[in-house]
Amino acid sequence: MARYRPEGLEDTFADNPADTPTAPAADDAARDGGSRDAADDTAGGSSSPAEPRVVVPAIGFFGWLRWTWRQLTSMRVALLLLMLLAVAAVPGAMFPQRAQDEAKVATYLLDHPTSGPWLDRLGFFDVYASVWFSAIYILLFVSLVGCILPRTKVHFSALRGRPPRTPRRFTRFPAQGAGSSADEPETLVRAAEKVLRRPWLPLWPRYRTDVRDEGGGAWSVSAERGYLRETGNLLFHLALVGLLISVATGQLLHYRAQAIVIQGEGFANAKVAYDTFEQGTAFDPSSLDPFTLKLDDFESAFDPTTLNPRDFTAHVTLTEPGGDPTKKTIKVNHPLDAGGAKVYLTGNGYAPDVEIKDAAGNVAADGPTPFIPQNNVYTSRGVIKAPDVTGGQDQIGIVGYLLPTAQQVDDTTWQSIYPQPGNPMLVLTVWHGDLGLDTGVPQNVYELDESKMTQSVDEDGKPVTLYVKMGETVDLPDGLGTLTFKALPRYVALDLRHDPALLYVLVFALLAFVGLATSLFAPRRRIWVRAAPGREAGDGRTVVTAAGLARGDDVGLQPELDRILAALPLEPPAEPAADTSTTSTPTSTQETP
Amino acid sequence: MNTGDLSTLLVWAAATSFTIALIAYTVDMARIAEQAQKRTRAAVPAMAGASSGPVSAAAGSADEAAPDRSHRAEGIARSTHLLGVALLFGGIVLRGIAAGRWPTANMYEFTLVGVFMATLVLAIVQRRRAIPFISVVVLGLAVLFLATALLKFYVQAEAVQPALQSYWLVLHVGVAISATGIFTVAFAAAVLQVLRDGRENDHSHLVAPWSRGDGMRRALSGWAVTGPRFAWLEQVPDARRLEAMSFRLNAVGFVLWTFTLIAGAIWAEHAWGRYWGWDPKEIGTFVAWVVYAAYLHARTTRGWSGRRAAYFVFVGYACVLANFTVINLFVTGKHSYSGL
Repeated sequence: MARYRPEGLEDTFADNPADTPTAPAADDAARDGGSRDAADDTAGGSSSPAEPRVVVPAIGFFGWLRWTWRQLTSMRVALLLLMLLAVAAVPGAMFPQRAQDEAKVATYLLDHPTSGPWLDRLGFFDVYASVWFSAIYILLFVSLVGCILPRTKVHFSALRGRPPRTPRRFTRFPAQGAGSSADEPETLVRAAEKVLRRPWLPLWPRYRTDVRDEGGGAWSVSAERGYLRETGNLLFHLALVGLLISVATGQLLHYRAQAIVIQGEGFANAKVAYDTFEQGTAFDPSSLDPFTLKLDDFESAFDPTTLNPRDFTAHVTLTEPGGDPTKKTIKVNHPLDAGGAKVYLTGNGYAPDVEIKDAAGNVAADGPTPFIPQNNVYTSRGVIKAPDVTGGQDQIGIVGYLLPTAQQVDDTTWQSIYPQPGNPMLVLTVWHGDLGLDTGVPQNVYELDESKMTQSVDEDGKPVTLYVKMGETVDLPDGLGTLTFKALPRYVALDLRHDPALLYVLVFALLAFVGLATSLFAPRRRIWVRAAPGREAGDGRTVVTAAGLARGDDVGLQPELDRILAALPLEPPAEPAADTSTTSTPTSTQETP
Repeated sequence: MNTGDLSTLLVWAAATSFTIALIAYTVDMARIAEQAQKRTRAAVPAMAGASSGPVSAAAGSADEAAPDRSHRAEGIARSTHLLGVALLFGGIVLRGIAAGRWPTANMYEFTLVGVFMATLVLAIVQRRRAIPFISVVVLGLAVLFLATALLKFYVQAEAVQPALQSYWLVLHVGVAISATGIFTVAFAAAVLQVLRDGRENDHSHLVAPWSRGDGMRRALSGWAVTGPRFAWLEQVPDARRLEAMSFRLNAVGFVLWTFTLIAGAIWAEHAWGRYWGWDPKEIGTFVAWVVYAAYLHARTTRGWSGRRAAYFVFVGYACVLANFTVINLFVTGKHSYSGL
C-alpha cells in the first residue's frame, strides 16, 4: 500500500494511530500510510520510514534530486511559499501597474528619476507578470501537485480498505467511555456496529465499520467516518490546479477590444474597427464573428441633488451575420452577448457636432468629436482638428471644453452645473499652423500637438476664448473662418471581450469552494468499541470500553461517543476508572493531551 | 425626523450601549484579575519577585463556575451588549429603507454591518459562558469603528451608482463584511490563546534579559504574561480550547472570504468585463486569503501549530483590516465606493 505523507504534515490519525508498540498498533501504523516518527523533525534530514536514514555525502545526484523534491513538497516549504506569495502580491497595490494604467507608470517614472528605472527593471510596475512573482506561484503549484497527487492515491486505497484495527489500549485517546453489561461481548459489539452504521443519508451509513473477534472472548468494532474531509481537501487543491490551467487557457485564446461609438453610428466586429485590440497568442483574428452594432440612443439619469449617476442605458441595434437587426440594450452590470463575445458599457460622454469652414468658405471639418468627461457634471475636454482643404490655408486645431449645462460665474468664467445637456456651451481656444497629420505618425485624437502651431491671441496677447452655444456660428480669430456648434450627440465607450475558458474558470472556482467547505466542516472520526469478559472470572459481566479519535480538534467527538454508548444496554463500570468521577452513565472523560 | 435620521440615532444608541457593555466587561475582567491575583499571593506568599511565575495549578479550575466573578457587571455587560446588537440591527434596517436598497454600499454602511456581524458572532460564541477578555477586545474594536463611522465615514443615505445596482451587492459585499466580523472575534480569541499559552508554558519575553534595550524590558516587566497582573488568565479556558474556538471561527471566516473572492470575480466579469484585474482591493483580498490559507496549513504543520499558527491569524487580521481601511480610504481603484 502507498505510504505517502507530505514532509512535516501533522496528522493525528497518522501520528497517533495507536498508543502501544504492540502488534496491532504497528499494523495500524502501516495501514495508515506510514507514521513518521515525531522526533524526526529536523529540516532536510528526514527520510521516509521505509528506508534507513542515509549519510548525506552518499546520496548522490538522484539522492539530491529526491531530497530537493521532498523539500519542495514539504509542508514547511508550502507555508513559506504561501507567505512569499502574499508578500510578493503587495507591491502591486503600492506601485502603479502597466496592465492597469500605463500613464500612471509614466508619471511615476518622471517623478522618481533615480528609483523609478530600478523599480522598473525589477518588475515592480508589472508585478503579476514579473519573474519573481511567477516563480513563487509556479513553485507553489509544483509543490501542491507533488503533494496532492500521491495523497490522492493513498486516499483512494484508504477508501477501498478496512477501518484501522482496534488499538490494544485506549488510554491516550482524546475521547473515552466505558460501561458494563450482562450481555455477551459479541452481541454488544454487533449492537454498537448497528448504532454506528445508522444512515446519515438513506443508504449512506454514517460510519464504515469492521467487527473483529480478538480472541479470548473479546470482540471489537472499529469505525471510521469522514472520508469526505480528505476528499474535499484533495478536490480543493486539484480544483486550484484546474483553475490555473483555465485562466492560462483563457489568456491564450481571449481577445479584448474597445470602441467608441457615437449616437447614430456603429461598427462591425473586425480588428480594424476598434480603437484598441488586444488578443491572446493563440487567438486568430480572422475568426471574429462579423456582427455589426449601432448605437441608436443613450439615456442617463442622475440624482438631482448629489449629481451622482443613477442609470446608464445604451439602446443598440445588433445585426448578426445572416440575421435580422434586433434592438438590444446594454447597461452597466448587464452586458450584451454578441458573436461569442460580451459587450460591456464602460463609459459615456458627449461628442459635440461642430462644422468648421475655412476662410474660403470650404468645409474643413464636420461631424461629432468625442470629448472626455473630466468631472461629475460632465465638463468634457476635447480637440477638434481641421486639415487644410483650400490651398494656402493654415490647418486649424481647436482645444476646449464642453459644458453640458453652462452657467455664468463672472465675466469670463462659465461652469457646468448639471451633467445633462440643459444649456450646452463650448469654451474653445484656437490654434493654427501644422497639425502634424501628414507625418504618418499615429496621433492621439484627444491631444493637440502644438509644436508647429500658433495660438490665436487678442490685442493684449491673451489667448482668444470662444464661447459657443448650441446652434450658434462664430467667426474664428485671425480670419481663419467660421465655426458652427450644430448638435450634441452622445457617445458610449464599449468593451468587447471573448474568453472561451470562462465557464471552466467558474466551474473550477466553485469546485474549489465546495472542496474547501467540505474539508473544513466534515468531521473525520474514528471510534472503537471493545467488549471483553470481565476480569473477575465467573461474574458473567462484560466490560465495554470505547475510544474516539478525530482529525483536528473536534468538540463533537465525546458527545458522539457518549451517544453511541448510551444506545447500548450498559451500566456504569463496576470499578470506576482511575481519576474519573462517576457522574453519568456511562462515564466519560475528556482528556487533554 | 425622517428614516435616515432615525437610523443614525439608533446607531448612536447602539454605540452608547456597546460602550456601557465594554465598561462592564472591563469591570468584570478587573474583578477576576483582582481575585486571581489575591489567590496567587495567598498560594505563593514567599516567592515574591521569583522569576518562575505562579504555578499553573489553578489551570484546571477554568471549567468550574468561576465564583469570583461580578455577577452584576456580567449581567449589565450581557444585556447592554445584546441591546446594542438589536439597536444596531434596527439602525441598519432603517438605513436600508431610507436608501431604498441593501445597506452595504459605502464605508459608513460597511462599518455598521461589519460591527453588527462581529458583535452578533460574539454574542453567539459567548452565549453559555462569557470570556470577558474576548468581549473587551471585540467590543473595544466595535466602539472604535462605530464612532469612526459616525464621525468620519457618515454619508447621506441615497441610491447607488449603476455599477453597484446588482444583487451581488448583497452577496459579495454582505458576505465580505460578515467574514470581517467573524475574523474579528477569531482574532480576539487568538490573542487570548497566545497570552494564555504564554502563561501555561511560563513563556514571556519580558522575563529573560534582552541583549539591547533591557531598560525598556525592565520597565515593562510588570506586564509579563507570567506575572501577577495576568493571573486572571488562569480563569479562561486553556490555550487548546481557545485555539479550537479561534480555528472554528477562522474556518467559517475563510470559507466566507473564499466566497467573497469568487462572487467578486463573477460580479467583476459582469460589471467590468474581466473576472480578475489586480485592482488594489482585489490584491488586498487575495493577500488576506493567502495569509489565512497559510494559517490553515500552519495548523497542520509540525512545529507550527498552536502559538505559531496564531501569529498567522494576527497577520491575516491585519491584512483584512488594512484591506478595509487603507485600501478603501487611501488607494484609488475600481473599488472606490467609500463615498468619501
